[in-house]
Amino acid sequence: MHRFAAAGLAAALLLLAGCKPIEPWVKPYEREKLADPIMALERDPVSGAYIDHVFELREGARGAMGSAGGGCGCN
Amino acid sequence: MRSRHPSCSNALAATALAFATSLFAPWVAAPDAAAAVLPEDRADLLYHRYDGGGVVVDGPSVLVRKSFADKVSVVANYYLDMVSSASVDVLSTASPYTDERTQMSLGLDYLRGKTTYSIGYIDSDESDYLAKTAYLGISQDMFGDLTTISIGYRRGMNDVYRNVKDATSGAKSRDPNFHQEMDSRAWTASLTQVLTRQLIGVLSYELVTDEGYLNNPYRQIRYADPTSLRGFSYAPEVYPATKTSSSAAARLKYSLPWWRAAVDGTYRYYNDTWGIRAQTIQIGYTQPAFGNWIFDARYRYYTQDAADFYRDLFPRRDTLNFQGRDKELSTYAAHTVGVGATWEFRMRRLPWLEKGTVNLRYDYMMMSYDDFRDVTAGGLAGAEPLFELDASVIQFFVSAWF
Repeated sequence: MHRFAAAGLAAALLLLAGCKPIEPWVKPYEREKLADPIMALERDPVSGAYIDHVFELREGARGAMGSAGGGCGCN
Repeated sequence: MRSRHPSCSNALAATALAFATSLFAPWVAAPDAAAAVLPEDRADLLYHRYDGGGVVVDGPSVLVRKSFADKVSVVANYYLDMVSSASVDVLSTASPYTDERTQMSLGLDYLRGKTTYSIGYIDSDESDYLAKTAYLGISQDMFGDLTTISIGYRRGMNDVYRNVKDATSGAKSRDPNFHQEMDSRAWTASLTQVLTRQLIGVLSYELVTDEGYLNNPYRQIRYADPTSLRGFSYAPEVYPATKTSSSAAARLKYSLPWWRAAVDGTYRYYNDTWGIRAQTIQIGYTQPAFGNWIFDARYRYYTQDAADFYRDLFPRRDTLNFQGRDKELSTYAAHTVGVGATWEFRMRRLPWLEKGTVNLRYDYMMMSYDDFRDVTAGGLAGAEPLFELDASVIQFFVSAWF
């Protein structure tokens, strides 16, 4: 019985430990490289949208890559 | 009167969901590492040109984004496609044509705390296809701004028409006896995660469902016909009235530790209820140089299996309930290589101009089809050479931050 109680207590402690707020592991002052414009996921939206539109017209697949197509299928 | 081919491929009825994602909505285009901020104020003027397979599409795109009181950002876009087509589809069953598509969009982002709300509307207009799309989204930063979760919804309402050309005057007009509708709904979700001081990861998922007229009203299938001199005849395509697709993508972007440069890689898996399964792999490299230049290089590989009802040559006219011969429904692979150069400048005489860039990008696409044959090359029906398509894509644009 003591064994079950110990296991329960250990589990409860683990769960409580899980409630501790998550500490950011990359501090704001450590994000210099991430803030560099060359690390932007979409540096030029007008260009990214256009080329994604072209790919969508020439490929059977669509979605989840940043942009969707327009009305022109351009046979 | 006889039909002509349109600039609009109804089969690609993602239609006028246009640009609603990366162009406008930060809830899909994952934000930068500095989270919970509105996109920068900027204006872009772009000239684009696609040239491949007998099709030339070019025109301008103008994008302006302006924020107010650090709370609201408004974005507007005008985009024009001028199409001149003598593609293999057109040459096999119709005559070359020209057309235009105009698209106008307006979007609004509202930032409150660490939450960005987005809403917008897109209107696409061409002679035989009208598309209206509305979208909304919400994006939430959390865990010390290391994580951004975004969800979005789009609804598109499309009117499909068919143009006909008068045999004597050559003038084209809408067929008054043909009008169809197609509705589209899309749900998107993405998770952007700062993984280390130099690495960002993005997971994206998108579900799209279309309902209505998904055919291209001009494109035809071909079937074996011993009574025809060339050994085959044409008949209209018949598509299912619904299509649901899902795609999931994972992306990593990494800042090199040795010198100032970035690499990124993306993988996407796609499938739909028409039986198409596709995979996309994309890699890129970004290298600043000479103080005010940035150079880019990228490669994209795409491959897909054919739709269940696709055949290059059907054995009979009514072989299947649904029948299609769109080459984008066939089995094929594509390679694309691209390069880009950006020159950044500042002008003291224009104090309101924070900075400007002049940009040139070039992509070369090579597509090889496994089961789509070039009927214009001649030969025995079903034994014509397999079709190949190369295309050049040029973008020249000027951007200003203010």
